[in-house]
Amino acid sequence: MVDAKKYPAPVTNPETAAFWDAAKQGKFMIKRCTACGEAHYFPRSICPFCYSDKTVWEEASGEGTIYTWSLMRKSPTGPYAIGYVTLKEGPSVQTNFVDCDLEKLKIGQKVKVVFKPTDGAPLPFFTVA
Amino acid sequence: MTIKGKAYIAGIYEHPTRHAPDKSTAQLHAEVAKGAIEDAGISKDDVDGYFCAGDAPGGAWPMVDYLGLNTKKLRHIDSTETGGCSYIIHLGHAAEAIAAGKCSIALITLAGKPRTGAMPPRAAGAELDFESAYGATTHNAYGMCAMRHMHDYGTTSEQLAWIKVAASHHAQYNPHAMLKDVVTVEDVLNSPMISDPLHRMDCCVVSDGGGALIVTTPEIAKSLKKPLVKLIGHGEAMKGPRGGKDLDLTYSAGIWSGPRAFEEAGITPKDIKYASIYDSFTITVLMQLEDLGFCKKGEGGKFVADGNLISGVGKLPFNTDGGGLCSNHPVNRGGMTKIIEAVRQLRGEAHPKVQVKNCDLAIAHGTGGLLGVRHAASTAILERV
Repeated sequence: MVDAKKYPAPVTNPETAAFWDAAKQGKFMIKRCTACGEAHYFPRSICPFCYSDKTVWEEASGEGTIYTWSLMRKSPTGPYAIGYVTLKEGPSVQTNFVDCDLEKLKIGQKVKVVFKPTDGAPLPFFTVA
Repeated sequence: MTIKGKAYIAGIYEHPTRHAPDKSTAQLHAEVAKGAIEDAGISKDDVDGYFCAGDAPGGAWPMVDYLGLNTKKLRHIDSTETGGCSYIIHLGHAAEAIAAGKCSIALITLAGKPRTGAMPPRAAGAELDFESAYGATTHNAYGMCAMRHMHDYGTTSEQLAWIKVAASHHAQYNPHAMLKDVVTVEDVLNSPMISDPLHRMDCCVVSDGGGALIVTTPEIAKSLKKPLVKLIGHGEAMKGPRGGKDLDLTYSAGIWSGPRAFEEAGITPKDIKYASIYDSFTITVLMQLEDLGFCKKGEGGKFVADGNLISGVGKLPFNTDGGGLCSNHPVNRGGMTKIIEAVRQLRGEAHPKVQVKNCDLAIAHGTGGLLGVRHAASTAILERV
């Protein structure tokens, strides 16, 4: 059976609810500060770089490259690969790689976002592009 | 304002147990407190400062009560929680409190039972929904650092293995060490892959146990019988992905805590005779050595190779008790034992086979949290008087 892993539903909160509402539509959102122009992830109301409150939601391309990865060979739910993806828009995000050969992951490889269902909003993961 | 020379480590105690199914966590705290108090040659009723971290059951107030500390005298309490380096941070904070006259005899305790009991869960931060599902553990978080370090600097598994080899050379002389066998680079490379690129022997042990310190004023230390060891520099720092901008997992917060400590001490890494470096994984040591300035960034692999960390063989003897890689890792936290072995070296109380000759300057450095995610670091520089 492929990908039987059950993922926890996001708890969500008022600051991040819009991210999860968009995820239900298959959209991967980041936040951008209109004062300093920087994008960031995970989303905050106050820009972590310039402390402006003028942050806005932006739909990201969902494309990026692998910054690093590590394949956990054993776990109660089987092997899984954790890593960071540097998005086209700039920020690097923590994720798992799914639906691809985990033994063949490479730093610099192109990947794209995929959503996996939970009992609540779906969670973003990345797979080889 | 500086804490240089304002505080001395007058008492140390490392619990000999590595497996404590028959003891409670609070009991282990009491046993290490008693050990350090007796080592210093003071009374528990003299303690007027108490420091503990997240491993203390219930936090500071239940521990102060359980330990029977003298509440008429106790006037300074600090429960700063920064994972494995908490106790190195406590050492600096104790020195600050002593320098400010807020206490004169500080007790710092660590104890717990990850091997035979439950570990308290870590409270979630604002990142919860954006990270918890991805299963970051110590193994893979440090694996991610090692993977990128190899990519950027050509560091190899063979070079990382040398760190474990050096630790095993020291552990053979420690009767309490969990792993006493001397291992080779091949042994490390042939051990099972846990989380790429880290093998089982790149990982530290899981052990029960604990340790404690007594930190005091120069005057009180000089009135006691132990060799004098003073704190001459201290630094602390934190690092995280910070919104995902310019992510770089090849360096740690040690890049900030180290220079702060060296500057305060007025010395450089070249002056250090012995180094206690937190060794949750081999990559932790390699990155810390670079970050502290023992070699340039990216040259850690070359620096640790060929036995350079073995006492009596290499240029920088490290973790002469066998460290977390071979001896113990009480509560999955390495900061306390790093300070204790550094004090043993400065007192001349290390095992004769690993005792560094004329050891007058030592460093104890640790990290807490996950190097590959968000973490703290703390550096202490100690001098034999």
